[in-house]
This record gives sequence, structure tokens and C-alpha cells, in this order.
Amino acid sequence: MPDRTAKASTAGNRAALTLGPLLFNWPVEKWKDFYARVADEAPVDVVCLGEVVCSKRLAFYVDVIYEAAERLRAAGKTVVLSTLALITLPRERKECAELVRSAEFDIELNDLTALSYLEKTRPFRVGPFVNVYNEGTLQFLARRGAVSVCFPPELSLGAVEALSRAAASMGIEAEVWSFGRIPLAIAGRCYHARVEGLTKDSCQFVCARDSDGLDVKTLDGNPFLAINGVQTLSHTYCNLAADLDRLREAGVASFRLSPHSGDMAAVAQAFRDRLDGRIAKDEAWAKISGASGATAFSNGFLFGKSGVEMVR
Amino acid sequence: MSNHPRLELVCPAGTPAGLRAAIDAGADAVYCGFRDETNARNFPGLNFSRAELEECVAYAHARETKVLVAINTFPHAGNAGPWHRAVDDSASLGADAVILADIGLLSYTAERHPRLRRHLSVQAAAANADAIGFYVREFDVRRVVLPRVLSVQEIAAINAEVECETEAFVFGGLCVMAEGRCSLSSYVTGKSPNLNGVCSPPSHVVYRKEGDELLSLLGDFTIHRLGAGVAEPYPTVCKGCFDAGDFHGHVFESPASLDASALIPQLAAAGVAALKVEGRQRSRAYVSSAVRSLRCAIDNYAAGLPIAARALSRLSEGQASTQGAYRKTWR
Repeated sequence: MPDRTAKASTAGNRAALTLGPLLFNWPVEKWKDFYARVADEAPVDVVCLGEVVCSKRLAFYVDVIYEAAERLRAAGKTVVLSTLALITLPRERKECAELVRSAEFDIELNDLTALSYLEKTRPFRVGPFVNVYNEGTLQFLARRGAVSVCFPPELSLGAVEALSRAAASMGIEAEVWSFGRIPLAIAGRCYHARVEGLTKDSCQFVCARDSDGLDVKTLDGNPFLAINGVQTLSHTYCNLAADLDRLREAGVASFRLSPHSGDMAAVAQAFRDRLDGRIAKDEAWAKISGASGATAFSNGFLFGKSGVEMVR
Repeated sequence: MSNHPRLELVCPAGTPAGLRAAIDAGADAVYCGFRDETNARNFPGLNFSRAELEECVAYAHARETKVLVAINTFPHAGNAGPWHRAVDDSASLGADAVILADIGLLSYTAERHPRLRRHLSVQAAAANADAIGFYVREFDVRRVVLPRVLSVQEIAAINAEVECETEAFVFGGLCVMAEGRCSLSSYVTGKSPNLNGVCSPPSHVVYRKEGDELLSLLGDFTIHRLGAGVAEPYPTVCKGCFDAGDFHGHVFESPASLDASALIPQLAAAGVAALKVEGRQRSRAYVSSAVRSLRCAIDNYAAGLPIAARALSRLSEGQASTQGAYRKTWR
């Protein structure tokens, strides 16, 4: 029976955790194991599946997505299918149209192209790759059927608060990028291919070598960015675990955790425990540090500073 | 006389003097912005007051040149006023079109000023026919500035499907990333193209000498490190020199600028209606010279004459130029 209602994932006042789509190119076995573990162990409410970065990767795991989706649903998770973030090719348009017309799961748009294919009556979610910076844009999306919006990671707390309040009045659930390397840019050019002397069309899928992206360092050896095919991410992992109280006060309903090769079930557990007040900030921080394997965290965007900064 | 279509030449106007220079050099249309965060070239000393725009519209219209006002950053949460006023004033001052990126602002403009022509900014990164169709249907957008991620073949395919004009960049600075979807600058400096109309702003640039080398930094990060006597390029993040795995060099793009003047015939054949020159921050002399060369190239093409290759090369940043994504192998 198709589930056509994209329901708010929070019951009452309980904050939700959303596991964003995996941004990296993992071998299919690792992909399957990861989502099996998420289904069994990760205390997340919503799980987004699908290829957001590079359409060439989809062929490797398209056959296992529905199996994983069913397993996650059986485990009580709300399953969301995410669209590509930058759609240029005819094949990508066709795949996006097919994805959003399949009525079985909620849909998350990462490019407004998808609105061309979506029935006017169909509710949808909006991912962090769509530019939602203000109330006017929220209003347009609300009228069109948006039920949740994950804001762009560069928004400050003031903007998050203004938009979360507006979103609530429009029946939209506000979500904030809370853990993981920050997506900073997407391009037509594949940088993974470029640094190997290849082009996007002849890439040999070299991006599969780097589970969390390939580190880009300055010429002084200072870690700076990470490349992931056509995407550029921060080297630091965004971590808002110590800022959850003020984000809840600002009206944020859901917190997005972006998958990495560390122990994501443990990361999610730390966020859940912190949200529920079972552990203190420092303990949550220590657990996330240990479980993620990340060497540097950041939350500067939230405080209107450069995104790389960590404000404590 | 050939039957080649005549392409509209859209030129940057950073200041009233720059606007007059571009018009005198042969622009068909000029684009400019107000002196605040509502436009994507919010640089010190640039842009227009309301009174200046009014005078410039008169100057342009007397010479049959159009004035397009770029209001192409994203209104801030809780403070859309400056963006709404920019649209309202563009309409009342007689602008021929506004160039917008934000769907909230497009929605406002379509509702309040239905007769004000709407162009979709490159900052909206509408990169396929369905995305463009969405903006045409929802907001009656009449022209779309194409993101610099598309090849000439892809542009031709888009034009065969869409019901609006398209405008393509022909010359000037080159964004490597999909425009309007890049926070590299704000990650390093806290200032972003989308919210503040700046990228890698000079306020965060530091030049430092270390031994025989000159370093240019943006925020805390070294973007270039060059030997003495070498012209140091401006430290824009995506044009920097870095290490990635065994690769050492320009991971994203070298500090080259776009010069697609040799592709004018191909872009015309692909159905592009207008060619855009980047560079509102450039000097009047630069703009004059670029506009004059492109005017000549476009007129030669329309007349069936050859286009003088490399006439623009001396204007390019660091003397290096690229045709960018227009050639598929760039990817």
C-alpha cells in the first residue's frame, strides 16, 4: 500500500534525528552493511537514501536500495528517497522523474528540477542543497506541499530561528545540518578524476577509494577541504552536539546527521541521549569524538562566523 | 549579408562611469546593482544609488540600450525589505528587467510587478530544461542565464526544449562551481556570495613573505605560495594551489578566466539569445576594451566574417584563458 503522506517525523515535542543520504561512493557490500546496522542499531527517526552527488555511481547500488528501504521501514524508520543535487543530463532528468513519481516513499528534493515532475498534491521534503534562505521561499515551498526543510548549512542561529518559527506556522518541520563534513560546493567538473589526470567521463570511479572524501591540504600542510567527485566538502566535521539546547529553543524540529565511515550508530546514540537529557554536553562531545574518528569539528556558521571555526 | 542570428551583448556596469563606457563601446544591454547586499558584486566603491540608476537608465534608453538590474543574492531571513525595495525601485526607475535568483523574491516580483521583465540569475543554477521550465511556468521568467557547468551541446539541447531566451557567459571571471551553490567563501571568511554578495573578500586577504616566497592567504588558509617576481593571483579559494593525495597544484581550476569568443558561432547555433561579459568590479578601460572586441566579434559573425581569435587574450587574468565547461573535456 503506497504511503502518500509525508508525515512530520516528530510526535509532539520530541526532536527527531534524520540520517542524511550517504554522500560518498562506498562499495555495495559496505553500503548494505551500513544500512543494515542503521536499521538495527541507530536511534534515528528518518533515513534518506539515494544518490545526491554523482549519477554515475547509482548503477552500483540501485538494485539494493529498495531492499534496504524495506528493512529500515520494518525497523520503524521513515524512509526518504533523495534526489540528485545538480541535474544536467537527460538521463539524470529521467531518473529524477522516475524517482519522484514512485509513490512508495517520501521524497526529498535537492534540486528544484524535481518540482517539475512532482504532482501538485504530493507532499515533499526539501534537502540542504536547495537554497532556502528566507520566509518568501519557505512560503512558496509550503504552498507547493513542502512538509520539511533542511536549511543550507551556512545559516546563522538568528536565521535558523526566524525560519524555524515561520516554518512551524506553515506546517513545515525545520531541520538543521548537525553532524558531518559540510557540503560547500558542487560542480560540473569531477575533482577526484582531475587529480588523477582523468575526466568526469573517464573517471574510473576513483572516488571509491576515499570513504569520507579525499583530503585537500594547503601548501603549508594545513587540512582544508575534502573532495568527493564533483562535490567539495569541509575538512572539519560540523558538530552541533553542544548547541542542541539553543537550537531546540529556536524551534528546530529535526537534526541531520550525515553518514561517515566512523561508528554512525554511536554518533546517533550520543545525539539522541543529549537531546533527551540523558548525558551532558561534554559526554556527548567525547562520545561523538571517539565514535566518528574526526580530527576537527566546526560550528562557526551557526554563530555567524567563518564555517571552519569551532565556538565553544 | 549572412542570415546569422544577432546575439545581444550584455555588459557589466559597476559604476555610472562604467555603464556609460560599456554603452559607448557597443553594449546592447548593461547590468548593474544597487549599493548593498542585494547584488552579487557587493564590493566597496561599486554599484548604484537610486538617483544614479535613474540617470543611467535615461542615458541608456537614449542610446537604445537596455538596463538590467541584478538583485541576485538571497534575501535574509527576517529582513527581506532591502530586496523588495530593490525590486520596487527597479520597476519605478524604468529598468528593462531584473535578474533574480531566489524563488521567494521571484514570487514577490511576479505578484507585485507582473509587467517587470524577469531574468533568472546564474545564481539560481538552473542547469536543465525541466528546471528552466519550472521558473518559466511559476514566475514567467523570460530569460535564463545559464550556469557555467554546461557544454555547448547541452545548451543546444536545452534551447530546443525551453520557452524562454537563454544567456551564456562569453568572457570574464569563471566560477568553477555551480553558482549559487557554493559556500567555500563563507566557510573561510564568514562572507558568502549568496548572503553577502561577495566571494573571497579583500578584507580577509593577507599577503605574507616567507623567505623567497610570497604567500597569499584567505582567512587562515594559504591559497597561493609563489617564488619572488611571479605575479601573485588573487586568493580565490577555487583557484588556489593545494595538495590532494599525490596531486600538487590547482585542484579545482587554475587562475584562468573564461574566453569563449571563439565559440560565438557555436553558441549562436545552439540558440543562445545573449552573451554576457562578467566583470562589474573591473576598470572602465577593461570593460571598454572587452566590450569593443566582443562587439566586433559579434558583428563580424552576424555579417558572415571570421572572428578575430585571441583579440581578448591580453585582458585575461594572468594571461591564461579557458573555454571552461563549454568544452566537454573540461570536466
